[in-house]
Amino acid sequence: MIFPENLKYTKDHEWLSLEGDTGTIGVTDYAQGELGDVVFVELPTVGKEVKVGDIFGTIEAVKAVSDLFSPLTGVVVEVNSKLESEPELVNSEPYKGGWMVKIKLSNSSEVSTLLDSESYRALVGH
Amino acid sequence: MKRTSFYKIYKELNAKLVPFAGFDMPVQYRSIIDETLAVRKSVGVFDVSHMGEIEIYGSDALAFIQIVTTNDASKLTPGKVQYSAMCFNDSGIVDDMLVYNFGTHYMLVVNASNKDKDFDWLKENLFGDVKLVDKSDEIALIAVQGPNSLLTLQKLTGVNLSDMKYYTFATGKLADVEMIISRTGYTGELGFELYFTSDIAISEKVWNAIFEAGKEFNIEPIGLAARDTLRLEMGFCLYGNDIDQTTNPLESGLGWITKLDKGNFNGRDVMLKLKSEGLKRRLVGFEVEDKKAFPRKGYEIFINGNPVGIVTSGTFSPTLDAGIGLGFVDANKSEPGTQISIKIRNQEAKAKIVKLPFVNK
Repeated sequence: MIFPENLKYTKDHEWLSLEGDTGTIGVTDYAQGELGDVVFVELPTVGKEVKVGDIFGTIEAVKAVSDLFSPLTGVVVEVNSKLESEPELVNSEPYKGGWMVKIKLSNSSEVSTLLDSESYRALVGH
Repeated sequence: MKRTSFYKIYKELNAKLVPFAGFDMPVQYRSIIDETLAVRKSVGVFDVSHMGEIEIYGSDALAFIQIVTTNDASKLTPGKVQYSAMCFNDSGIVDDMLVYNFGTHYMLVVNASNKDKDFDWLKENLFGDVKLVDKSDEIALIAVQGPNSLLTLQKLTGVNLSDMKYYTFATGKLADVEMIISRTGYTGELGFELYFTSDIAISEKVWNAIFEAGKEFNIEPIGLAARDTLRLEMGFCLYGNDIDQTTNPLESGLGWITKLDKGNFNGRDVMLKLKSEGLKRRLVGFEVEDKKAFPRKGYEIFINGNPVGIVTSGTFSPTLDAGIGLGFVDANKSEPGTQISIKIRNQEAKAKIVKLPFVNK
């Protein structure tokens, strides 16, 4: 199971990649494995303001449904519209084509509350 | 945690395991959708050794089975299999099961999670010359299901599989191992269930022979998750979801295996009364019209904003590419074609009650 070292992670099994003050968010390899085949991803609308812990989306898999929680405070600036027709990218490329939301952070210091790859790996026991 | 005799095989296949009825069981090998479609289009193999097998011996065995089960076992001639249910005296379902008639004795194949409860209930009802033997730990059970199951298995046995009718069985050698070959399954497809000794070496030998024989059909191992989508696409009940001790067979779509005119049996008096009073609710199948909403167990069912029932099983159907489910609704609102809605993610998704099965075979 892969947990890239350049990413930050949350207890809710999401990852965040930071570029300037914009964070790209998706779910981890572990999360996609637990969910199984993803068949639909409901994403927020661009412009939506989110706070830490807000539910801003839903992942429907064949056998399970899971909410997406915003790891940070900010504004949604882009969503991965490709997931509408290819939700399976969440399974096949969780860290690349399966990304979900980009957020412009309003408080970059919140990033320090996230886990690094090693701590996340320990959390999920892999 | 208990392990079946195929544990080493599915560890090697890197299956995702879940605890199920006290066993470590493979829930998924690669993709639930791919596994489901593999069974619909070609052939797949399920380890279902966790199921319970209870043998019933004695000169009163038939009379005993007639009392404890709902179907008419007097119609069950040797070599045949019957789908049946067992009820408490209040008509609540103890379990659903297959009944095999071997001529010399009978065998009940029951849900793993209910096996001990079933055995206790059987013991409580014992009379006359009847002997019960729990064979569950000694028997391995695999299901080989799909349109190419027959061609796969025929390579390994002298038993003429194409002569076997649905819900019959034969005993004989397959892959050089003595076994019960049963023309049954939980998928709606052409398929067989194989019962043999749970010896690990023999189990692995059978598994490997079947995969060798099925290679040309791209045979695949199938997990419990795809087993669930396959059974739900056929509208088959799952104990613990759609039926349990708070539901009776008549309201659960199991009237066809409940022979109220066969004579006395457990729960019959209550069911006769329920029938004359009229059933209050019925288990129905429904298809969600919104392609992006999937029903799940426990979601509420509405008609014109009024609650009329609850979802008992729901899934994305890989074969239909839509959300399907079973649920109990008020009996007077249970006609196929009835428009309902399911509360999914705080929105009411439009759905329609349909005739079962969802997938016509």
